[in-house]
Amino acid sequence: MMNCKQATRLVSQSQDRELSLPERIRLRFHLFICSGCSNYNKQIAFLRKAIHKLRER
Amino acid sequence: MDKNAVHASHSGYVDAEQVASMREEMLRFTTLQLRDAVLAEDIVHEAISAAISTAKFNGRGSLKSWVFAILRNKIIDVIRERSRYPTESFIEDNDNDDEAFDGRDHWKKTHKPSDWGQPEKNFDNEQFWVIFEICLNHLPANTSRVFMMREHLGLELKEVCRELNLSDSNAWVIMHRARSQLRKCLENNYIRGGRLS
Repeated sequence: MMNCKQATRLVSQSQDRELSLPERIRLRFHLFICSGCSNYNKQIAFLRKAIHKLRER
Repeated sequence: MDKNAVHASHSGYVDAEQVASMREEMLRFTTLQLRDAVLAEDIVHEAISAAISTAKFNGRGSLKSWVFAILRNKIIDVIRERSRYPTESFIEDNDNDDEAFDGRDHWKKTHKPSDWGQPEKNFDNEQFWVIFEICLNHLPANTSRVFMMREHLGLELKEVCRELNLSDSNAWVIMHRARSQLRKCLENNYIRGGRLS
């Protein structure tokens, strides 16, 4: 069973590399059951959008 | 054609005035990456000079993209030079995220990420950008260097590792810490409406 610390690391790594199928499945399940990590996942994706937006300003 | 226009070897030309008009944006871009306004001035000056004098713009794509590609390469040269003489370790000691998790490595109630709703709505809010830049500048120097090379300069992580002589696993740790710290800074100082530290 994945814990939140592992999930946040995988969320971050998913921005820089292709996760393996088992990693994707385990992470997806964890995000489904954990609102904190689900929020974290959305926020990390938002940070990338914000940096790109910052470049355009 | 403007007297400042410089003909290129192919179908395009480099308009010196047009390039110079990008200076402010180039300065901002460079300062964000290098955190050194004086050095940024020098780099931008070099990039503009190179763009005007080499005149290799072939007219395909936008002039801005081409000028920024020159600037990007100059910034990478500086970072490469700096990383030859590192003044501190890339993995900094004071930034681990253990305090956010309990003994079973699940979120502590006090650190659990809250729901930000639709954060993109903040893109029109000047206050958001002020705090966002402050949070970026609060990242430890080496963490910021790696993070900004990846996210701001747009390099693949493999390229960042090669330029800075980092292992993949070190780079992942650094990127994770940078994202977590930036997220936490935004949550504490903007989302929750707290005061800036």
